[in-house]
Amino acid sequence: MNRSPGRQGRLLAEQLLCEQSTPGRRGLDLAKLDVDPVDVNKAWPAACVRAQPPALPEVSEVEVARHYTRLSTWNHSVDLAAYPLGSCTMKYNPRINEWAARLDGFAGLHPYAPESLAQGALKLMYELGQGLLAVTGLESVSLQPAAGAHGELTGIMMVRKALEERGTPRCLVVVPDSAHGTNPATAALNGFKVLTVASLSDGTADVEALRKLVDESVAAVMITNPNTLGVFEPRIKEIADLVHSKGGFVYMDGANLNALMGKTQMAAMGVDVMHINLHKTFSTPHGGGGPGAGAVCAARSLAAYLPKPVVVERGGQYALDYDRPHSIGRVRSFYGNFGVLVRAYTYLRELGAAGLTRATELAVLNANYVRARLKGRYDLPYATPTLHEVVFSDKTQKENTGVTNIDVAKRLIDHGFHPPTVSFPLIVHGALMIEPCETEPPSSVDALCDAFLQIADEVERDPDQVKSAPHTTMIGRLDDVRAARQPVLTYRDLLATK
Amino acid sequence: MRYLPHTDDDVRRMLEVIGARSIDALFASIPESLRLKQPLQLPPALCESELKQHLGELAGGAPPIALVGAGAYQHAIPVIVDQLLLRTEFFTAYTPYQPEISQGTLQAIFEYQTMMAELTGLDVANASMYDGASATAEAVLMAWRIGREKKSAVLVSAALHPEYREVLATYTAAMPIKLRTVDVDPSGATDRAALAKQLDADTAVVVLQAPNFFGVVEDVAAVAAAAKSAGAIVVTATPEPVALGIMRSPGDAGAEIAVGEGLGLTGALSFGGPGFGFFAARKDHLRQMPGRLVGATVDSRGERGFVLTLSTREQHIRREKATSNICSNQGLCALAGSIALSCLGPQGLRELAQHNLAKAEYAKRKATQFGLKLVFSGPTFNEFVLDVGPAATDRLLRLAERRIIGGLDLGRFDSKRRGQVLVCTTEMHGRGLIDRVIGALAGQKEPA
Repeated sequence: MNRSPGRQGRLLAEQLLCEQSTPGRRGLDLAKLDVDPVDVNKAWPAACVRAQPPALPEVSEVEVARHYTRLSTWNHSVDLAAYPLGSCTMKYNPRINEWAARLDGFAGLHPYAPESLAQGALKLMYELGQGLLAVTGLESVSLQPAAGAHGELTGIMMVRKALEERGTPRCLVVVPDSAHGTNPATAALNGFKVLTVASLSDGTADVEALRKLVDESVAAVMITNPNTLGVFEPRIKEIADLVHSKGGFVYMDGANLNALMGKTQMAAMGVDVMHINLHKTFSTPHGGGGPGAGAVCAARSLAAYLPKPVVVERGGQYALDYDRPHSIGRVRSFYGNFGVLVRAYTYLRELGAAGLTRATELAVLNANYVRARLKGRYDLPYATPTLHEVVFSDKTQKENTGVTNIDVAKRLIDHGFHPPTVSFPLIVHGALMIEPCETEPPSSVDALCDAFLQIADEVERDPDQVKSAPHTTMIGRLDDVRAARQPVLTYRDLLATK
Repeated sequence: MRYLPHTDDDVRRMLEVIGARSIDALFASIPESLRLKQPLQLPPALCESELKQHLGELAGGAPPIALVGAGAYQHAIPVIVDQLLLRTEFFTAYTPYQPEISQGTLQAIFEYQTMMAELTGLDVANASMYDGASATAEAVLMAWRIGREKKSAVLVSAALHPEYREVLATYTAAMPIKLRTVDVDPSGATDRAALAKQLDADTAVVVLQAPNFFGVVEDVAAVAAAAKSAGAIVVTATPEPVALGIMRSPGDAGAEIAVGEGLGLTGALSFGGPGFGFFAARKDHLRQMPGRLVGATVDSRGERGFVLTLSTREQHIRREKATSNICSNQGLCALAGSIALSCLGPQGLRELAQHNLAKAEYAKRKATQFGLKLVFSGPTFNEFVLDVGPAATDRLLRLAERRIIGGLDLGRFDSKRRGQVLVCTTEMHGRGLIDRVIGALAGQKEPA
């Protein structure tokens, strides 16, 4: 029986709002002005006054409501069906988190409220920080970075600053090829040269190669653990000891923390600094591409370099500490994506120690279950045990029929699921990187596996059906090349092409 | 646990299929020496009713009334904005990697890019940055790259938000870039005579805020003309985009890159975030732009559709040669900004801006009537600096006791400006409240 949610259904068309614009229409009524009006042409020099109003759409609130509601129905989302996008941890986003972030006292709080009027918000940040330190075993935390890549940037800035202060600036950052894609760009933004090290045939970092490579010119080794194959780096402590013996630092990309909570701690691994994606592990929504939050945790070795201010507690009162002479400075305005922090804190308090550990266990269970069910039908390039995600490849399908991972991904859409990650990891050609997450009910995990298996059958029976997928979506495959060659990036561009 | 659907039977059945004896066996790849032997040290778990009580206590009722902006401006954003954000098809989706099932997000971003390009008067805008401050830093790096990294000086207006300046310093610390401050003149605008002296062949970028941190409206066109003659690129930062309803757009005035902060358009200040950094530029600089872009194209059936495009600039393709390491941005907040601007439309935005201007002009008049002096003489939008003097700390504290933030003492950022109070009035502030707060800043006794 086919239990997948994919069906053809009614979809409503919707133009751009600019195409629906009617001069004179509007979606907002302002309060009556209770002071004398001022003519901007008299108040300001002519050179500073806008001549033409911006060409925004002119629509009523009804049209706004319909427009965005219709657009929303064109999206796949966690609340509709499984979203096993590897490395993105698309777990369920609890509604209580949304409620909490919208509480007046949080949502309406100005960032320059005196500390005496922001005690609750500061306490929440402090307690969230303490919770993250309890999970990682590290020493100190900053909640300022706005996303994972931002946290990464922050961590490597801290490394650079520490080495500069030590009087021994260094030029290299070493990144295993199983690390996250942002790592090289992050290192380069800090002026470092990047050395990529090939992984071993079992998918783990090559410690012997690192031993030859790591010397006094290496500022940091950036490790993703578990790595992008979902494999735990068993020799991470040995790597850390090696790097430390040469005076360098270990950065851990914490994007895959969902595999480790309550099982192991980064302090024990010898990690100096790491980021945590609160929008992955701590259930805050991904929002169609943000806002996230990339909290940075540091060991004693780098704690002094965290961005400022940090929240401190002094005798039951909470304050922002700006007096941090070694800090790299700010990486954004104010204190971070506070609204995201409220959601993460709510999640942390609801799950507690046992809940977070159980979340990790079930995430690993679900992923290993998928692995067991699909093994044999899809190629598993690395036989090494994996934790919260598993990476297959399209090797079998491609050799026999020319069907690629992209085709399989697109056909999965017809079954009602979001495809796995297909552009990563770079070390697996034709990757299908599946991360089901702990919140996926077993029945849904089974339906997902059934769909994968049906597609594998179909590839053998009728490969063209797979190659031309998806068949049930409102649009077919899009012409990426045309989009890049003739960029049409605004409505104005669009009109110019007509 | 309500988010963990597995029953004991489920777990048993799944372990059987896997061929593992226990869940613990699935973690065998973690060496014994790294295993955590005791439970995580966290406070006890709370159920929903307990959570509601706990968080309600932390949030603590109505927030203080704020007559302060300084990068975070409160506006009367219609309720529908937040209601539409609660469509879970928007907030529980991720980056639109699979366009066939992400057209909602993609079209919304395309429309957002359109609106930001229109607001700033530039050709293209990206899908958003983390905030106005990091957008400013990325804009400077982009302008530096456009100059082929040959010039090293960046002239930064002293009237750029102090926190933006700090972020800029952090982001450029590893680069061969020298940040030089251009002071303000008595009008509160960036000193053009000083700028002219500081501009030279080594100047890559001039950065200014419009309206600036002191609330003063800058003559961007004059700055841009001077910069252009020295071969430098002008970057503007606009933390208060509502001003763009009446202010000449940065693009029209000659800025080649314009960034800003959309927090005030999202309807929630949230202690400073999440908002969104907007980022727009001239089309000839497109390939140097950081961040994600959505473009229109056609599908296999000839229908119009939208995709992420020009990703060869980005970290996952270009790795260490990327224009930035940014991937996730502030998507949902950018969507909130788009919905708000859709409601406002061109006339609504213009009227909103006019209301803000009128409120601030009223407040300034009131302040002078009460005997307070304005620190700067230049034209302003919805913010201005009052010279309250040594009594400022005490008077702001008294207001805070009544849960009113009466302004921001600029001594926070610059000890020479202690007692100078930055005040912001928007359409949210009634005349009676303005009278009361300005009166209190002037030392008038509050009724007990």
